[in-house]
Amino acid sequence: MTSISEDSDKEKMRSVSVDLNNDASLVIDIPDALCERDKVKFTVHTKTTLSSFQKPEFSVPRQHEDFIWLHDTIVETEEYAGFIIPPAPPKPDFEGPREKMHKLGEGESSMTKEEYAKMKQELEAEYLAVFKKTVQVHEVFLQRLSSHPMFRKDRNFQIFLEYDQDLSVRRKNAKEMFGGFFKNMVKSADEVLISGVKEVDEFFEQEKNFLLDYSIKIKDATAKAEKMTRSHKIADDYNHISGALNNTAADNNTAFKKHLEKCAEVFEKLRKVEDRMASDQELKLTELLRYYTRDIQAAKDLLYRRARALADYENSNKALDKARLKGKDVAQAEENQKQCLQKFDKLSESGKKELTSFKARRVVAFRKNLIEMTELEIKHAKNSVSLLQGSIEILKSN
Amino acid sequence: MVISCNLGIVFIYFLQSKPITPTSAPDEGDIFSEEGSYIRSDVHHATNGLHSDEELDLFTGISLHRCTMTRNEWELNCMMENIMHSIFVFKIAWQAETDHLKMLYHIMVKCYLSHQHTSVQSLEATVELTLTNTTSQGRREIIGPTASACNTTHVPNSILKPSIVTKTMEELEEEESGDQFELNIAVTNPEKIGDGMNAYMSYKVSTQTTLPMFLNKTFSVRRRFSDFLGLYEKISAKHSLLGCIIPPPPQKSVVGMTKVKVGKEDSSSAEFVEKRRAALERYLQRVVAHPSLLQDPDVREFLERDELPRAVNTQALSGPGLLKMINRASDAVNKMTIKMNESDNWFESKLQEVENEEQLLRRLHAAVDSLVNHRKELCLNTAVLRKSVAMLGSVEENSALSRALSQLAEVEDKMEQLHQQQAFSDFFILAELLADYVRLLGAVRCCFEQRMKVWQRLQEAQSTLQKKREAEAKLLWANKPEKLQQAKDDINEWESKVSQYERDFERVTCTVRKEVLRFEKEKARDFKQHIVKYLESLLHTQHRLVKCWEAFLPEAKAIA
Repeated sequence: MTSISEDSDKEKMRSVSVDLNNDASLVIDIPDALCERDKVKFTVHTKTTLSSFQKPEFSVPRQHEDFIWLHDTIVETEEYAGFIIPPAPPKPDFEGPREKMHKLGEGESSMTKEEYAKMKQELEAEYLAVFKKTVQVHEVFLQRLSSHPMFRKDRNFQIFLEYDQDLSVRRKNAKEMFGGFFKNMVKSADEVLISGVKEVDEFFEQEKNFLLDYSIKIKDATAKAEKMTRSHKIADDYNHISGALNNTAADNNTAFKKHLEKCAEVFEKLRKVEDRMASDQELKLTELLRYYTRDIQAAKDLLYRRARALADYENSNKALDKARLKGKDVAQAEENQKQCLQKFDKLSESGKKELTSFKARRVVAFRKNLIEMTELEIKHAKNSVSLLQGSIEILKSN
Repeated sequence: MVISCNLGIVFIYFLQSKPITPTSAPDEGDIFSEEGSYIRSDVHHATNGLHSDEELDLFTGISLHRCTMTRNEWELNCMMENIMHSIFVFKIAWQAETDHLKMLYHIMVKCYLSHQHTSVQSLEATVELTLTNTTSQGRREIIGPTASACNTTHVPNSILKPSIVTKTMEELEEEESGDQFELNIAVTNPEKIGDGMNAYMSYKVSTQTTLPMFLNKTFSVRRRFSDFLGLYEKISAKHSLLGCIIPPPPQKSVVGMTKVKVGKEDSSSAEFVEKRRAALERYLQRVVAHPSLLQDPDVREFLERDELPRAVNTQALSGPGLLKMINRASDAVNKMTIKMNESDNWFESKLQEVENEEQLLRRLHAAVDSLVNHRKELCLNTAVLRKSVAMLGSVEENSALSRALSQLAEVEDKMEQLHQQQAFSDFFILAELLADYVRLLGAVRCCFEQRMKVWQRLQEAQSTLQKKREAEAKLLWANKPEKLQQAKDDINEWESKVSQYERDFERVTCTVRKEVLRFEKEKARDFKQHIVKYLESLLHTQHRLVKCWEAFLPEAKAIA
């Protein structure tokens, strides 16, 4: 139904994370996307100089489920336990535009032609906005994987990028969904237990406290920001006012008519600016907060895995002591303990690196987004100012 | 309309069951009245005070309030009017702009206007004033009373009629475009007097004027809401029959007043008081903007006199109130059955225009209302977000980012204030203007209805005359000379009535026409003024927004 391919917009779209395509050896982007009813088909385009790939440049169509599959496989890989795994992109949510479309269809008879056309235009704009957002989020996911030294070598990732035909990813059936749900519950219970485990390392202790606190606050901020940008429906009202003014003007036959028409025009233009204001705020601030809520969760997951490894290590110690007491299976217990220690050390080391880089990444992203949002808001407000000044002059002189 | 019909029917029913005795009983608090005076407590089906726009016509319907003026006063008024008309006609007819005639005329005008004043001194002073300066002000006052009557009863020469009519209209229009209005009214200082359910709000009405008909140049009085309603009643009684457009007063609101009475000191009751204060101010400004209403002694008394007698006829469920409602119901029925023979197409098309415009303005008002609500909602959400961002900033470990986030919270705070102020402007500049005009258009419609009623009265008189003539013819044929004299007397009586009503109808037609033109000019001016004011408020808000964000930008750039 709709497709996008504007180069200039791509730069603007990559807002939540720093430019991840610095390394020319593996460049990924999503230049195109098609929307059919419920499903969105992304075209994933790769340019690479790595020898592990068959061709230097290629494109494949992928669906949202394929992204989820990729994410899940990476999460389940033991080796990557020490890394912050980029959060999975959220499902494309066309609920808002769909509702509007519904309302439009229902109210068609009661609206005038101009109102209908205007609402349709609005609907299309909203649709486009949701569309752009979802493409951006999927793209960022892939780019984070490609810029990470370990993930880019992942076999599944390569398959995802390369494999010509449909991945025919089996959607999780009911049992697996339930299993996944159950696992999550166990995990949260575990988290609570583990947060009580005494932490040896100062760094991780600090991180844990910070992340726990921060995740709560950012979740809250995201929710409030979403509420605010959702309620920024002033543009809608300006639309209605403009329509009503036009109707009143149409009926009028005096000099008054011109004033009303001019006023209606002003509201119409203001509507467009308000719309942009609201959507830019949404894109920059709300999206930023949303993304980092997910990212913080991923960081917390890392900490969880490490804490789990620590608990395992301590358990293995206890088991070793018990074995030594009993005098049997000592070698096994020793082996176990060594492995646990290894695992724990590896996790700690990579975890430290990841978390430090995460901190830097987060600060940079916030900075970029806040600056961009501020600049856009200033631009829009200045537009409004000049628009209003011009109209006031015209109306006064009449 | 249907609502009012139903109410009318209910009250008729009520009347049949119990006679209304508008006696005064000891004051009891009751939420059905603004003032907390006694009303019949056995009326359980009643308006809750929240009148819809239709019910506002309550105050413009025919009222029996002629009885508020004594018969003598009324006659005196008529007599004086007639005298003035004859002098005026005399002046025109003889082309005599002689000074002494002018002087005489001015003195008559002063007498007429100030016959309510008890002090003789003021009379002498005003006479002196007029004698010494015959400025346009004085002229204005001449035009004033005569505007209400284009025709006179004493002109023998019918050729003179058209010239008087046109001249008066021209002069009036000239007057209005030329003269700067030298009368400023402000309604300020709402104060709560009393406690509990007997409490009421008292407003200070300050006038500043250079018009000589007032005693002082600046003065102020305290008035309460029922006083304003009482003023409306009085004006309406006198002028609506002549076809003037009477500005409707602000609506009663039981819910709003109860909150204020109970003493809830929250923002919604403060908002209500502010809304009412502004509405009262606009109401008064519209009243004095109307040239013939300004001349009305009741208006002057309202502005000047220290203590006004309590207007008890304004309560919804008092005796006169109920009678009013019944009249309204019967009017509504009449409206549906009168089919007027319109000789002048102008009226028919104008009425249609007015009705259409009312509908369109209603819709516009609804759209602006929803804008106001959305802005208020946005304001609340912004406040909530601000707190959240502030908390996030406090948790953030990177100090520069933390500072930036708390600055962002400040920006959101300022934006919340901006949104609130803008919502305030939205409401008071735009929404209230539209609401006022929806009600004013209703008043215009009533004006047209008045004309129809006058026409109907004329028709009835004519048919009665016809019947009397037929009766006379029958008597002649039956040859009963004793009854003949009676019949002849009847015919004479009705003939004079018919000619009186004809003149009334002409006069009302003329007045309505003029009023509508004046109204339309004023409306265009009002709208233009308010639209510009509103756009300026939007401009102001956007300016402040730019400043807000520009202040934040360096903070955002300072993140490292």
